[in-house]
Amino acid sequence: MQATTKDLLIRIVRLSFYALTALVVVALAWGLSSLNYGTIARHIGKVPGGALLTLELVTLSVILGFFVALPTAMMRLSPNPFLRYPAHTFIYFFRGTPLLIQIFFVYYGFAQTDLVRETFLWPVFKQAYWCALFTFVLNTGAYSAEILRGAIQAVPAGEIEAARAFGMSKWTAYRRVILPRAFRIAMPAYGNEIIFMLKGTALASTITLLDLIGVARTVIARTFKPIEFFLTVGIVYVVFTYIFLWGWNRIEKRVNNYLSQQS
Amino acid sequence: MKKFAIIVAAAMLVSGAAVAGDKVRMGTEGAYPPFNQIDPSGKLTGFDVDIGNALCEQMKADCTWVTQDWDGIIPGLLAKKYDTIIASMSITDERKQAVDFTERYYSNSLRYVAKKGSNLDISKLDGKAVGAQRATIAGQYLEDNLAGKVEMKLYDTQENAYIDLAAGRTDAILADMLVNYEWLQSDAGKGFEFVGESFNRSDVIGIAIRKGEDDLRKKLNSALKAIIANGTYAKINAKYFPFSIY
Amino acid sequence: METVLPYANLFLTGTAITLLVTLAVLPIGICLGLIGAAAKLSGDPVAMAYANVYTSVVRGLPELLVILVIFMGGQQAVNAVADLVGYEDHIDFDAFTAGVIALAFMFGAYATEIFRGAILAIPKGQTEAAHAFGMGGWLTFRRITLPQVWRLALPGLGNLTLVLMKDSALLSLIGLNEIIRVVGIAAQATKNATLFYFVGALMFLFLTFITMTIQKRLEIRANRGVARARG
Repeated sequence: MQATTKDLLIRIVRLSFYALTALVVVALAWGLSSLNYGTIARHIGKVPGGALLTLELVTLSVILGFFVALPTAMMRLSPNPFLRYPAHTFIYFFRGTPLLIQIFFVYYGFAQTDLVRETFLWPVFKQAYWCALFTFVLNTGAYSAEILRGAIQAVPAGEIEAARAFGMSKWTAYRRVILPRAFRIAMPAYGNEIIFMLKGTALASTITLLDLIGVARTVIARTFKPIEFFLTVGIVYVVFTYIFLWGWNRIEKRVNNYLSQQS
Repeated sequence: MKKFAIIVAAAMLVSGAAVAGDKVRMGTEGAYPPFNQIDPSGKLTGFDVDIGNALCEQMKADCTWVTQDWDGIIPGLLAKKYDTIIASMSITDERKQAVDFTERYYSNSLRYVAKKGSNLDISKLDGKAVGAQRATIAGQYLEDNLAGKVEMKLYDTQENAYIDLAAGRTDAILADMLVNYEWLQSDAGKGFEFVGESFNRSDVIGIAIRKGEDDLRKKLNSALKAIIANGTYAKINAKYFPFSIY
Repeated sequence: METVLPYANLFLTGTAITLLVTLAVLPIGICLGLIGAAAKLSGDPVAMAYANVYTSVVRGLPELLVILVIFMGGQQAVNAVADLVGYEDHIDFDAFTAGVIALAFMFGAYATEIFRGAILAIPKGQTEAAHAFGMGGWLTFRRITLPQVWRLALPGLGNLTLVLMKDSALLSLIGLNEIIRVVGIAAQATKNATLFYFVGALMFLFLTFITMTIQKRLEIRANRGVARARG
């Protein structure tokens, strides 16, 4: 008796799911057909410029951020408290506060600090681009430092012992055994961080930069068609994310290939 | 007797409804001194707000004010968050495609502002950084005419545009002449001045309403005529500017 | 210090709103996460397709974009539905509502993955034993799986809550008077951006510190009696 009632329930849930799907498809079709494609076509020329800036920001941030992350991670693991505490504070500050406030602090704050204004730093921070890049590099540097730290600590003890047994100095062991292994371990989390950085570049639009979202908002301000342009720009972001993930996963497979061979 | 009572009651109801007045929601930005701004106590003040309140009194309507960031002010009107936009919005053909306007309630022009002594030649701004508020006619002017030649910076509020000008991030700002005038009088504007003559003198400011709301438009227009005729407009004008801005 | 004090009241309300947003999003987001995880693990193709599209879409879109779309498009959607139903009065879709919906929508997608991982991490032997005892699907879920899901999902959910708090800062861009916006108002009024944005950062650090402490406490309590590998 119980089985039948449960089956009936499952059937009802299934049916309502299918009905919901039908409703969603109809709503989407109606929505998509009511979009103003002419307006999109007229202004779509601005999108590639925005896409380029977005890609430029994320690529530079990630690459430069790596060179911040690695030393920070190693400082964080150092037995020397004068290295460990500053690194820990840096990581804590950048991970504990929103990227938006970091950007505003740099953009608006530096413009008012004499230390920046009176020196050679001003021509640099005068421009929104460098303010954004500076903030992004430090931000991703902090997050990536944590990822690398976790990965370094996750390197199997046996491999480290083997390196020492071979007589490698600490630095050689790091260079030839620990770090390469740590990078491989870090790859999935690092890939996620790169995607988060891609999404983070959207905040550059808050300080006048014309990245994908900046372009969208400028066009929407004149055409009053938010859905059309956010949809266009959203599609670009999703495409970027998936192309990147596809590539990253392939690299990860190749690089970790030797692991699966050890059966 | 009963019939008579019913007719009287119905007549009273109808006249009562007419006297009670309509509810009109006024939309404004709240970040555009001296036309619309939020004072430290959180109250909406400014020329636009005073005009709006005067019109409401004239129309005997029950008005409430709604603030909305400038970027979304027209979408907000279309989405019925409010019924009018009284936020120093210029009447342009582009905007007329989305909304209707009343008759003008003041006139405007555009003018550049830059640091005192910068001696900028506004016909040769190539390579300079010029800022304006996004979605305004100043911003559109920059986009349409100077996009390739100058380093164009668009801001979400006029205040942010001024902050960057004061910080030296931009060499000049293009904005409504009257708003610039107000800023130059303030502490923040000391050390800055107008450069070049004002242009786009045919610019007029109106109240935006949704398309098809002719009834509301007629009411607003006649109320506007009335407050100009009875001196209320002049009083409000004098409160903010020593010259007429109509 | 003197410059900050007059704004203390404003900052308090800003912090309160940030907290309110977080507390409003958590229950909705967790529900969405549980439903999504259930859908992904159900084996039903339609349900799995829904859940996969949900997580993929949210994963690929910037938070700012989702917030702006829901804010700008949400009012239109509410109006369209109201017109359809014949409702005369105006239903306002304000920044708080839009923000909570947007953040909960995104929270749910990531929570789906966390719950899915947590459910899968429960040793299969336990569910098999439950079945051997004759426990039906729902009973097993209720008495064996669910209590452990909480313990296993806690670290991930804790992290996600921290991310949520930081993303709520983006709501300042749609006009909500949370921390960044009130701090920005003070900064503009006093022309002292460095001080006030730093104060804003400190307020966030305070909130994140409290959240992390609560998370640690909850983890200790949830893990009591669980044998942990030593060394």
